[in-house]
Amino acid sequence: MDDPLIIAGREFRSRLITGTGGAANLSVLERALVASGTELTTVAMRRVDAAGQTGVLELLRRLGIEVLPNTAGCRTSAEAVLTAQLAREALETNWVKLEVVYDEQTLLPDPVELLDAAERLVRDGFVVLPYTNDDPVLALKLQDIGCATVMPLGSPIGTGLGIRNPHNIELITSRAGVPVVLDAGIGTASDAALAMELGCSAVLLATAVTRAQDPERMAAAMRCAVEGGRLARIAGRIPQRFWAQASSPGL
Amino acid sequence: MKAQVNGTSRDLVDGTSVAAVVSLVGAPEKGVAVALDGAVVPRALWDSTIVPDGGVVEVLTAVQGG
Repeated sequence: MDDPLIIAGREFRSRLITGTGGAANLSVLERALVASGTELTTVAMRRVDAAGQTGVLELLRRLGIEVLPNTAGCRTSAEAVLTAQLAREALETNWVKLEVVYDEQTLLPDPVELLDAAERLVRDGFVVLPYTNDDPVLALKLQDIGCATVMPLGSPIGTGLGIRNPHNIELITSRAGVPVVLDAGIGTASDAALAMELGCSAVLLATAVTRAQDPERMAAAMRCAVEGGRLARIAGRIPQRFWAQASSPGL
Repeated sequence: MKAQVNGTSRDLVDGTSVAAVVSLVGAPEKGVAVALDGAVVPRALWDSTIVPDGGVVEVLTAVQGG
């Protein structure tokens, strides 16, 4: 069935966007990326001497996976805009996963700084994929100013707490005119499937795979879950009933 | 003269270019970007851009993350 994910006019066969953070080493990451089937994967921008040479770019290029730079670690709009501009220069892409977090303890997006950065980056010609709160109003505003997606969190980054407010996610997907990507909080396959069943167009995850006991197997699980959830969403689930309803004919 | 390079104070000879700083920090060939005093210096201008005394240079590359 032909059902591509389309972001800013670009088609993807896979609806699973992955991160590269948290993997024990590059060979574990490589096996996980291949098993996930992803076609779009995030990287962070860091100082050369602090980071050393990780080889992650070479790995993604070899696997034919598009690079999606993020602005992880940025706390203000100004920092995020500069980081995005540096990423565009370094990686020759105008796509950016925009992250502007308020504090280290929660890593929750700062909505004021986020919206400001998104406006400036859209104006500067970026394809902006903002990591946002599960706030339906903020999601609409991000969409209205020209973001290519909205990417609400299920729960805070790295917690694996799943989707804490499914109704908010559904409110967001029901009014979205751009793809909604569930970003952050996925713990296991059922969380990813739920995101898709709630109407998300894709799932972005990293930790749930890279820090799983068997990252390669978990990546495969996430791939299946995203595909399953998407199919279920399109297929149209049965309404929930209070009382039983026999599926076999009466005697 | 002195400049801040990736958060560290460095003694540089007068007239040091951004390109020279990039090789000083051992940056890889590809996937690198430079900011001087908070603004991006496009790769094409690395040779001709001179780091001023007290300049703040950031040399960034992509790492695993997100």
